[in-house]
Amino acid sequence: MIICITADGPDSGAQVQPRFGRAAYFVFADTEKGTFEAVKNPVADAQGGVGPRAVQTVIDHGATALVTGQVGGNAASAIQASGIRACAFKGQGTVSAALSAFLAGELPSLL
Amino acid sequence: MKIVVASGKGGTGKTMVAANLGYVLSRDRKVTLVDCDVEEPNLHLFFPAETVDEAVTAENPVFDPALCTQCGACGKFCRYGAITVLRDRVLFFAELCHSCGGCRIVCPEGAVTETGRAIGKVGTSHPLPGLTLVSGFLNEGEVQAPCVVRAARAAAGDYPLVILDAAPGVACAVMETITGCDLCILVTESTPSGLHDLALAVEAVRMLSLPAGVVINRSDGRDEAATAFCREHDLPVLMTIPFGREIAAIQNRGGLVARDLPGFTEKFAALYTDAVRLCGVKE
Ligand code: SF4
Ligand code: SF4
Repeated sequence: MIICITADGPDSGAQVQPRFGRAAYFVFADTEKGTFEAVKNPVADAQGGVGPRAVQTVIDHGATALVTGQVGGNAASAIQASGIRACAFKGQGTVSAALSAFLAGELPSLL
Repeated sequence: MKIVVASGKGGTGKTMVAANLGYVLSRDRKVTLVDCDVEEPNLHLFFPAETVDEAVTAENPVFDPALCTQCGACGKFCRYGAITVLRDRVLFFAELCHSCGGCRIVCPEGAVTETGRAIGKVGTSHPLPGLTLVSGFLNEGEVQAPCVVRAARAAAGDYPLVILDAAPGVACAVMETITGCDLCILVTESTPSGLHDLALAVEAVRMLSLPAGVVINRSDGRDEAATAFCREHDLPVLMTIPFGREIAAIQNRGGLVARDLPGFTEKFAALYTDAVRLCGVKE
């Protein structure tokens, strides 16, 4: 399973970024391979239509789950339509901590 | 002749100038006022009248699920984020679409066609014998203001005298309004922030090589900064409207100072002749 976590930096030790579309990086954790792959968010500084394009990046990297703080309306529709499971990570923490919490089933559903 | 009334920022009294100018000129010639501030059209509040509406539509893509292979080309192309390609279908966000037509062109399967969708309307009325009012309205949540401006301008035509009320600022919709006009009246206040925004508007007008003059509104009599700015930028000061409780009161109830306050009919008539003369435009 591939889980996407929105982050300020490009690795598992980076802080989770709560704003989905504006996150600098998407860190993709592959639980089968035990690897982390960071992808720079191409639309972090774009003007409009950020949400759907950010969701596209998540889909294109094969994620079936997303961990972030909050998503906008268009992003929410796109996530829902894509079948990706979105979970809320509130407060501060690293990507690894968020992943552990997700895998332990501690994170509530976001949508 | 097309005269556009513009300002660097909102709340300078731009619409008031356009309304009064239109009113005064309509007494002895045919004038068309065009409200191009389509996100917040206000001119009609000065001229209540029966209106005929026409829808403004924009072309939107339609994706044929039978032909689409979810290759992702359209989503990659759309820089407005209006398309997300899912594993089994394409998701389209109509209110983000700018009708560029690109997705139809890049689709390798010919799966994209286009259809019109209403994004606003243009209302036309004849509130006074010499006056036609054309107002553009952009529906809430829509982004294609320039499209509605274009429709309003087309509905107004070119003849005989057209006065356009532009949106504040220098966004795309404003450029769409200013382009092709003969003369620009810039409305400002002589505060530092007012002059800063005026400078931006002047730049836009110069870029389109449009003759321009300035109306100083809500003047407290100390307009040195504004007049110095105009001198530096070679802009004639066409009119100075004082700050006054009476003027504000008339404004607040949607009245026209040119109709309701002595002396202002002449002032606005002079604004027109001065603008034409000082800016060197042939009538
Ligand atoms: S027409 Fe242009 S803006 Fe609209 S969805 Fe297609 S590519 Fe995007
Ligand atoms: S480009 Fe055409 S085939 Fe490819 S995803 Fe878009 S609509 Fe489908």
